[in-house]
Amino acid sequence: MLLIHCPWCGIERPEIEFRCGGEAHIDRPGQPGDLDDRQWADFLYMRSNPKGLLAERWRHVHGCGRFFNAVRHTVSDSFVCVYKTGEPCPDLEALAREGAQ
Amino acid sequence: MSDLALYSPAAADGASVLKRSDVSVTRAAPLARLAFRGDATAAGKAGAAFGASLPMTPLAANPVGKRAALWLGPDEWLLLAAPETETQDVPWSLARSLFDEVETALATIPHALVDVSERNVALIVSGPGAARLLNTQVFLDLDESVFPVGQVTRTLFTKAEITLWRTAPDTFVLECWNSFAPYIEGLLATAPEDAT
Ligand SMILES: [Zn+2]
Repeated sequence: MLLIHCPWCGIERPEIEFRCGGEAHIDRPGQPGDLDDRQWADFLYMRSNPKGLLAERWRHVHGCGRFFNAVRHTVSDSFVCVYKTGEPCPDLEALAREGAQ
Repeated sequence: MSDLALYSPAAADGASVLKRSDVSVTRAAPLARLAFRGDATAAGKAGAAFGASLPMTPLAANPVGKRAALWLGPDEWLLLAAPETETQDVPWSLARSLFDEVETALATIPHALVDVSERNVALIVSGPGAARLLNTQVFLDLDESVFPVGQVTRTLFTKAEITLWRTAPDTFVLECWNSFAPYIEGLLATAPEDAT
């Protein structure tokens, strides 16, 4: 079973306690009315979808109930790091270089 | 049984869910239960009004006499209280007075307080086989080095969400929603003995 570290609980827990909330650090436009349809569709649906490291929102739904962010490798499914909501996104390229070494 | 003044076995018929030589499962008598959410300032005042301070350490519980405050999340706690004289009914008047005391103390401070006395029931799982019995349906490492006495957490019991609290080396209290209790009790009562 995949174990995921929750930064709020400070402990590793089985995957079944968690839900993935999709790509992290996507800001909702402040004035949706100012956007045309293509820009709004981009916000709603277009994601980076990389083959490699991706920052995602995760929720410890059957534990502390809180959202946090995690960097996960989309090929191996391995978690590289986790950090609390509101903290800055780590440098994914630097993490990828570290991982390759 | 649970080594806590808070929980006592329910007197009603059918309170015993499972009785084996190595482990027993018993329904606990009803408690007053409050779900509290707020920031650290609100939690501090709520603890003073409730009579047991709200722990700020993740997965910690703070039992004080017949009261306890359980950490569920960084801004969420479960507050439990048993009446001074034992009763087999939900202690509504205790729940009401605790609710009012906390509300009064937090009059001007943003928070959320909900009376969930009737939402939860508790099962006392006790005996040397307690951890192994729970591990038939709970996917946590319950070794004492990882899940020590005093630790409390929300987790899953197969598909039902529970709050699991280790109150003694061989005793756990399992708090679950009233409507999930038959499912959980059934799975515990029919757990294969060779798995424990
Ligand atoms: Zn957590």
